[in-house]
Amino acid sequence: MPVSIALRDIVYEVRAGMTARDALKKIDILPESVLITRNGELITEDEILKEDEQIRLIAVISGGSDRKTPGQVGKNP
Amino acid sequence: MRQHKLGLCKAHFLEWIPQQTQRFIEKYQMFGRDERILIAVSGGKDSLSLWDVLNRLGYHADGLYINLGIDDGTNYSAQSQRLSESFAESHDLHLHSVAIETLEGYSVPEASRLTLRGKGRPCSVCGLTKRHIMNRVAREQQYDVIVTGHNLDDEAAVLFGNTINWAVGYLERQNPVLEARSGLVRKAKPFFRFYERETAAYALLRGIEYIYDECPHAAGAKSIYYKEVLNSMEAKRPGTKLAFFLSFLRAKESGIFANGHTDDRSELRNCQSCGQPTTAPDICAYCRTWEQIRNRQSRIVDERRI
Repeated sequence: MPVSIALRDIVYEVRAGMTARDALKKIDILPESVLITRNGELITEDEILKEDEQIRLIAVISGGSDRKTPGQVGKNP
Repeated sequence: MRQHKLGLCKAHFLEWIPQQTQRFIEKYQMFGRDERILIAVSGGKDSLSLWDVLNRLGYHADGLYINLGIDDGTNYSAQSQRLSESFAESHDLHLHSVAIETLEGYSVPEASRLTLRGKGRPCSVCGLTKRHIMNRVAREQQYDVIVTGHNLDDEAAVLFGNTINWAVGYLERQNPVLEARSGLVRKAKPFFRFYERETAAYALLRGIEYIYDECPHAAGAKSIYYKEVLNSMEAKRPGTKLAFFLSFLRAKESGIFANGHTDDRSELRNCQSCGQPTTAPDICAYCRTWEQIRNRQSRIVDERRI
């Protein structure tokens, strides 16, 4: 049975027996951009994913910048 | 945490984050224990985690939530306000709330449609408004310092954007602490050395309920793209983001901008309308922008009557 990995509304399937890091690589997700959880508990990237398991990824990137970078209008605070 | 070659269990991680935060507060002389702190709270993982940590460390920090009226079918502002209020209540902390619609008559998305600022994207009006209100509340309520939950990924992304454009004025201004001057309250970012992943892990392990969904206007933001680029580099070479930002701070300290801009020292005057500090000769950008928004709306109403 495959392992299901959910990120927001998208569910991926990978084969069991690989590490979480390899699974993320397989589905093209940067490990730096997510936390990996199993049954609500954080797991590390080197954990082996087991058959029938349900993994949930928590996206950690936030943004939408109001910080000053070139191209924004206005210089005066 | 591959950048530190460090692995911690839950209990030790939850101790490590406050210990490191205290170390950064002292190392960068952000604020003292007897100072009054105003923390800008968005309902997100960074600001709520920071508020939690400061509270645990024994600092007197009150929150400031600014309701920007961002809904767009997602109830974003209403949800983030509810989470901020619920955190304050459960931790017995004081939260100031300001609603921009009550203050200025329009939500930020409405306002962005009525001004050229930001070219239709609300982020520019949003940033300007938040900075203005934070300083105003801090001055009116006599806080010594404003703290924000900016993490290392935020700082590295801004640095990256300003470096590829060689925006010297902005580079010179980027610091974990911005000292007070002429009516601008001191600002500090005690989480600036934590990776975004670490602050998210702290919130999760501590059981802090935060707004998980992104601001609906963040899609396509340059800062998110820069974060993704930096994360690709980090995946290949752990520690890249931290080294990038810390080397920048060291380069600044060694005088890289010694002969450069004096942007940060440009003269501040009081805005003739609101009294807040500005580098503009008469009216500050905030008052100018909101005046423009109101005028534009009046013109639209007049045109409809005709």
